[in-house]
Amino acid sequence: MRRARQLFLAGALALAIGLPLGGGAARCEPLVADLTGHLIGITGAFTGASVVLFGATDGPGDVVVVVRGPEHDVAVRRKRRVAGIWVNAKEEVFTDVPSFYSIASSRPLDTVAPPAVLGFNEFGLDYLRLKLTRGTLREEDIPFRDALIETQQRERVFAETVGKIDFLGDRLFSTTLRFPSNVPVGTYEVKVFLIRNKAVVSAQTTPLVIAKVGLDAEIADFADRRAAIYGLVAVATAMVAGWLASVPFRNA
Amino acid sequence: MEIYLPIAEVSLDVFVLLALGAGVGFLSGVFGVGGGFLLTPFLIFIGVPPAVAVASSANQLVGASVSGVLAHWKRGNVDFKMGAILLIGGFLGSLLGVWLFGILRRLGQIELVINLCFVLLLGTLGALMLVEGTRTLLRRRRVGMPRRKLHQHTWIHGLPLKMRFRRSKLYISALLPLGLGFLIGILSAIMGIGGGFVMVPAMIYLLGMPTMVVPGTSLFQIIFVAATVTVLQAINNRTVDAMLALVLLIGGVLGAQIGTRMGSRLRGDQLRIMLAVLVLGVAIKLAVDMTMTPEQLYSAAPVL
Repeated sequence: MRRARQLFLAGALALAIGLPLGGGAARCEPLVADLTGHLIGITGAFTGASVVLFGATDGPGDVVVVVRGPEHDVAVRRKRRVAGIWVNAKEEVFTDVPSFYSIASSRPLDTVAPPAVLGFNEFGLDYLRLKLTRGTLREEDIPFRDALIETQQRERVFAETVGKIDFLGDRLFSTTLRFPSNVPVGTYEVKVFLIRNKAVVSAQTTPLVIAKVGLDAEIADFADRRAAIYGLVAVATAMVAGWLASVPFRNA
Repeated sequence: MEIYLPIAEVSLDVFVLLALGAGVGFLSGVFGVGGGFLLTPFLIFIGVPPAVAVASSANQLVGASVSGVLAHWKRGNVDFKMGAILLIGGFLGSLLGVWLFGILRRLGQIELVINLCFVLLLGTLGALMLVEGTRTLLRRRRVGMPRRKLHQHTWIHGLPLKMRFRRSKLYISALLPLGLGFLIGILSAIMGIGGGFVMVPAMIYLLGMPTMVVPGTSLFQIIFVAATVTVLQAINNRTVDAMLALVLLIGGVLGAQIGTRMGSRLRGDQLRIMLAVLVLGVAIKLAVDMTMTPEQLYSAAPVL
């Protein structure tokens, strides 16, 4: 964490100095931002991670940061009581649901921009566009949409609150992006928006890769590509472990 | 201390997993049941995705059973011939079961089926075992009661393909253990259990095997059924977390060794009553959970 902060300060300083001295090209850039790291490695001891995003604007304005994980399809099911027991009765499948979503803003979202702008840019879970495989959402599908968001929040992959963006003066900003221990792997999209007079004037996208590294990565990779051999190895390992464990007891 | 599980994709406390493994291993040693019927629900409870819990339990059962069988083998309590026949049936059953598992999972009904199977099986077996066990206990106390016939002939003894099982002191049709193995193979794949809790009573009451050889023989065939299920789940559903299984095993094998020693000191009918109470308890808990209004009416799962 301390290293991240130092990196941020160094980066912010470079941006601050670089912008006024950098001449024409840099002066035109209304928004510059970067992460202290572009790879989060998940190892055996992984308990979650955080990355600092820092940047500079060319003048006052609001900054919003949206983090989205790789998209996948999610089935939402509703239980109903049948003959006394609860069973999954109705199912709706949502397509292209981000596997992770978090947002940070320099001010409360509703004061930053009007609903039309929030909706267009999908700022906040209320404005997250969720589609069903069979078409657009109808009135009766709203509970399913709410349930999807609620379950993802319980799983900690959708942020429940809007994160804070701190400004140093009115041009340098930073925020900490946090990821829980069960964060899905894949290529993430970190989008930074600069908002002035209730309209987005500039945006920048930075990739962030969350991947398994080390032994765990090799196990997962192996399990995926050589499924049969992985299965056999898993069985053999278990057998050897079972045998080994009984050795100290042999003469007891 | 947390550990990241590469297939389950969650971090869990190592000591919770070790303790869980030890508890289940202990049961496995005492009763000759793998303990999967407790392991799977507990894993789901602590946050492992159900599909991964089922498949990884099967993986850990392999190791736990090897350890258990070795302990029973030393005492000459394994009927390998019976085990082999159960196994052939078990292998065929698990093929069908893994295929069914995939279909049910896509339909979103896998949890319901898993729960229903557990309640029906555990409830029936637990009740039967409890009644039978108590009756035996009472009979022993009352001296002078007319003894039951040692051997009763039913339609079961009319089945073809008769075989002699020396260690079990039985002369019965091979179709019987074959069919039993088949049914348990299906259950193994769907429920992530070795099927010991079904196998053990079935061996005692259906096949008429002596109680002493039951746990060892049951564990012997569980090794292979669980191994088959593990490989098939790894191929078809990619849900076997070897890391999870290994951590559970470390706790499990220790528990199993202690359990086996305790088990050999207990009398057969006491063993049955204890297992019956345990089995019934789990069944009642699951049944109550199924009828109670769930906290969350909605559930979400990634589409595969």
